[in-house]
Amino acid sequence: MKQEDKKGTIQDINGPIVTIKLPGVQNGEQVRIGSLGLYGEVISLEGKEALAQIYESTEMVRPGEPAEGLGHPLSVELGPGLIGGIFDGVQRPLEAMFLKAGDQIPRGLSPLPLDREKLWHFSPTENLEPNMPIIGGARIGVVQETETVEHRIIVPPNIEGELIELAPEGDYNLEETIGQVRDRHGKVHHLKLYHRWPVRKPRPYQSRDNGVEPLITGQRILDTFFPLLKGSKCAVPGPFGAGKTVVQHQVARWANADIVIYVGCGERGNELVDVLDSFPKLKDPYTGRPLMDRTLLIANTSNMPVVAREASIYVGITIAEYYRDQGYDVVMLADSTSRWAEALREVSGRLGQMPVEEGYPAYLASRLAAFYERAGRVETMDCGKGSVTLIGAVSPPGGDFSEPVTSHTKEIIQTFWALSKELADARHYPAIDWVDSFSADVGTAAEWWHENIDRGWEKRRAQALGMLARDAELSRIVNLVGPEALSSAQRWVLEGAALIKEGVLQQSALDQVDTFSSPEKQFMLLNLILSVYDEGTALIELGVPVQELPEMPILARLRRCKELYDSSQIDQLKAFRDEALNDFKEIHSEYAQRGEQTA
Amino acid sequence: MSAKEYRTASAARGGLLTVANVPNIAFGDRVYIRDKQGNTRNGQVIRSSNEEVLVQVFEGTAELDLESTWVRFLDEPVEIALSPEILGRVFSGLGEPRDYRPPIVSNLRRSISAAAFNPAARTYPKEFIQTGISTIDGLNSLVRGQKLPIFSASGLPHNRLAAQIVRQAKLPDDDSRFSVVFAAMGVSYADARFFQEEFASSGVLGNVVMFVNMADDPPVERLTLPRMALTAAEYLAFDLDRHVLVVMTDMTHYAEALREVATAKGDVPARKGYPGYLYSDLAEIYERSGRIKDRHGSITLVPVLSMPSDDITHPIPDLTGYITEGQIVLSRELHNQGIYPPVHISPSLSRLMKDGIGKDFTREDHPHVSNQLYALYARALETRNLASIIGADELSARDRRYLEFADAFERRFVQQGEDEDRSIEETLNLAWDLLSSFPPQALIRVNETEIAKYHRQSE
Ligand SMILES: Nc1ncnc2c1ncn2[C@@H]1O[C@H](COP(=O)(O)OP(=O)(O)O)[C@@H](O)[C@H]1O
Ligand SMILES: [Mg+2]
Repeated sequence: MKQEDKKGTIQDINGPIVTIKLPGVQNGEQVRIGSLGLYGEVISLEGKEALAQIYESTEMVRPGEPAEGLGHPLSVELGPGLIGGIFDGVQRPLEAMFLKAGDQIPRGLSPLPLDREKLWHFSPTENLEPNMPIIGGARIGVVQETETVEHRIIVPPNIEGELIELAPEGDYNLEETIGQVRDRHGKVHHLKLYHRWPVRKPRPYQSRDNGVEPLITGQRILDTFFPLLKGSKCAVPGPFGAGKTVVQHQVARWANADIVIYVGCGERGNELVDVLDSFPKLKDPYTGRPLMDRTLLIANTSNMPVVAREASIYVGITIAEYYRDQGYDVVMLADSTSRWAEALREVSGRLGQMPVEEGYPAYLASRLAAFYERAGRVETMDCGKGSVTLIGAVSPPGGDFSEPVTSHTKEIIQTFWALSKELADARHYPAIDWVDSFSADVGTAAEWWHENIDRGWEKRRAQALGMLARDAELSRIVNLVGPEALSSAQRWVLEGAALIKEGVLQQSALDQVDTFSSPEKQFMLLNLILSVYDEGTALIELGVPVQELPEMPILARLRRCKELYDSSQIDQLKAFRDEALNDFKEIHSEYAQRGEQTA
Repeated sequence: MSAKEYRTASAARGGLLTVANVPNIAFGDRVYIRDKQGNTRNGQVIRSSNEEVLVQVFEGTAELDLESTWVRFLDEPVEIALSPEILGRVFSGLGEPRDYRPPIVSNLRRSISAAAFNPAARTYPKEFIQTGISTIDGLNSLVRGQKLPIFSASGLPHNRLAAQIVRQAKLPDDDSRFSVVFAAMGVSYADARFFQEEFASSGVLGNVVMFVNMADDPPVERLTLPRMALTAAEYLAFDLDRHVLVVMTDMTHYAEALREVATAKGDVPARKGYPGYLYSDLAEIYERSGRIKDRHGSITLVPVLSMPSDDITHPIPDLTGYITEGQIVLSRELHNQGIYPPVHISPSLSRLMKDGIGKDFTREDHPHVSNQLYALYARALETRNLASIIGADELSARDRRYLEFADAFERRFVQQGEDEDRSIEETLNLAWDLLSSFPPQALIRVNETEIAKYHRQSE
């Protein structure tokens, strides 16, 4: 027991909101209540009484039972052993809980998040000598956390001073001291392989940078049409069944990030099992290592207590910032931020706060903004670069994007991947609507694509979007007056748009080949289809009847290219392109000859 | 157990009773309320402090007077007694016998509000269940441990469909039957009788546990009923190693009862008067299905709900769809055309079919065939729409093929007999009959090998 422990009693239990009499307790402080020792946190103080939200079910808790303050706010443990794990919304290790307590999550149990016995091989940073000044965030050494992730041990951000001692290379557990720092008050801090950080407090950095390169997700509609920069923020709204979770899983699988943090916030248990089962078997396309070696899961499923759901995204983002501070590009996915907002609503309702829209409290918008603000590309305390890219699913009731969570989120984010029920119903996956979606970073992304893939990227992208827009317009006409009203060129636009939809936009997450498309392959496919379209347009100008073109056998194969050639088969794709264009050339010269003969 | 009895009721409002000066009462405790006539009502503590305790009275507080009401706190949560004897029995929403037979006597009693399953304890559901219904097996496959609701509306044959699923559901190459837990909330006598006769005539009655709350029973018992039923299901699945199929009808009545109580409590409403926690509350129920590591049994959940005014965006179907692993949606339009089962495939979905079908599970072409039918039908519906505007004669030959496909699909694939139990093989072959009306190059969701093997023109 620590000295500063505070003792008190429970006054009133109102579901997850419990009033306690606990003199000296601070706002935000962690508490344990009742004979089971349930965990919670103080959310307001009123005179001698404190209101606490409890992360676990309060069933059978009674007034008069004890309560104690733990002297610190909700914090996470940051150190090696995080990656590959699955934790609940307040960072309890779920594997360990399963082994210890069985199928269901018992109350009051709180094993430490990180394994204390495991030994980690620590190599200190060279050139670090005793008596050197050292700042918070400085790297003092590394530990190989998984095959892929080198865990950089950093001085906790709130410690600064003079390095007195640094442990030599060797095996250490988490509780052993690996360094000592004397701060300017003369206090000596023992550094370990891990430290704790309060989740509601953003971790510091030197300065913010603009995003410079896109996060490559391997998903054509995302990378090519609605790019997201590393360090940016993005929302994925859509009604149920439209594909939010699949989009997030796909990004978690194929994005070129160093670390992926997936927060299942108020969603299905089986979706986390899916990740746990499939990721160890999948290979990171960039490193060839099992994907689980860079992934961490936070799980507060829909049936778990709602207050811990509110905490879960802060736990996730704090861990994300921690790896950012090590100089990594981190992607954090939150599925779904709406469930988090609902948890806010639930607590505010119990507190009797004035609801403003659909029961949500007035502070919804500012909380959302503050959360997304923790994304970003930064210069870390020790002058490296790191980023946190934040992608939040949004689950609007009834699929109505004008509801509070969607509309507030939309004002904050840079990239918006809007999912459509109509597309999903037609099994056009990913069901991302190319009209409603947007990216504010196309310009920056274009620089990257032009430099690394092809100078024609921005033009081809614009051409494709233009054709999709014309397609929508022409389809409206057809629906009014029938297809006969269209000119040949117009009908070829419809055909071309169909090719773009089937050959580029649609991408099956379940197809072994199609599930991932490298940027090269993405551009090849787009360019290929648009070249074919351009050739067709030229033929039509020459007088070739438009109905002949869709029957060309090469077009059926063109639609299948995405799943016939994987990302390493760029040469085969080029050969196919030559073949396809050749077919068109033949018709071209045939007609040109005929034209000359009749002339 | 030390039951405490008090006569200090200080207020009664709606379904809520306030009791003053009762120290140390547990939150969530069960309560018996005895009125002047000596009749007992049931309740539960929903807020507790030393000054006063708020009790939700399941039967309501009508005709209670504050002076002569006795309130007894049982000091235990709502529980159900469990033994293998529950099979073949009928219980109320409070777990009391409804079949004029004695209560279950057992040392094993469990609280009906179970703690959440640890996600790390779950295994991913993968075993294909053949229901013999093409729109489900072929296009929205059900797997063991899945939660797959039927979205229906008044007057549509959801009961008949649910009964057909109960009758026919099995694993291919495995004759072991499911045990059935049937949970009925706010149902009519006719509906209750329908299911009882169904179970009797198909000889499964001895393998069914029924929990029944009629339309004229206290609505508030609908709140405990699904939790009773699922606690029984968990016992059958994870203690007795059985595969359990839980059918719940009608979840809309459940949600309405929840709204009634929430309103009485003064909870802040979110949409259409439903409390903001409806999502979490439904999730507590639906997430109790699934498969657990090292356990032989499973819980497959088929909730039935009626969409108020046929509106799929109404909070009840909407929140359900956000929680369950897909949905089977029934259509009034198909029903009016005499098509049974009137499954509207476009909004229907099974999220778990991806891992339970295909090579080694059903047949290698299954995933692609399903996708192809979906894509063609979506296009066909657009064409039908176009035809209704400009007239079918104006359509191109290509478009007319889609129109014919839509009709054939509905008449031959969707429609089937109530006793017609199609094997997955039959369902897929039927699908290829329909696909073969298109030339191979129009079918890009199936691959070339599959076309060579199954397309009729390639024969
Ligand atoms: N890119 C995709 N490829 C294949 N199937 C998809 C894709 N996106 C979505 N789906 C299908 O849609 C279903 C629902 O997607 P999901 O992401 O779970 O929806 P949401 O999270 O929006 O409710 C999935 O189970 C899957 O069958
Ligand atoms: Mg989802």
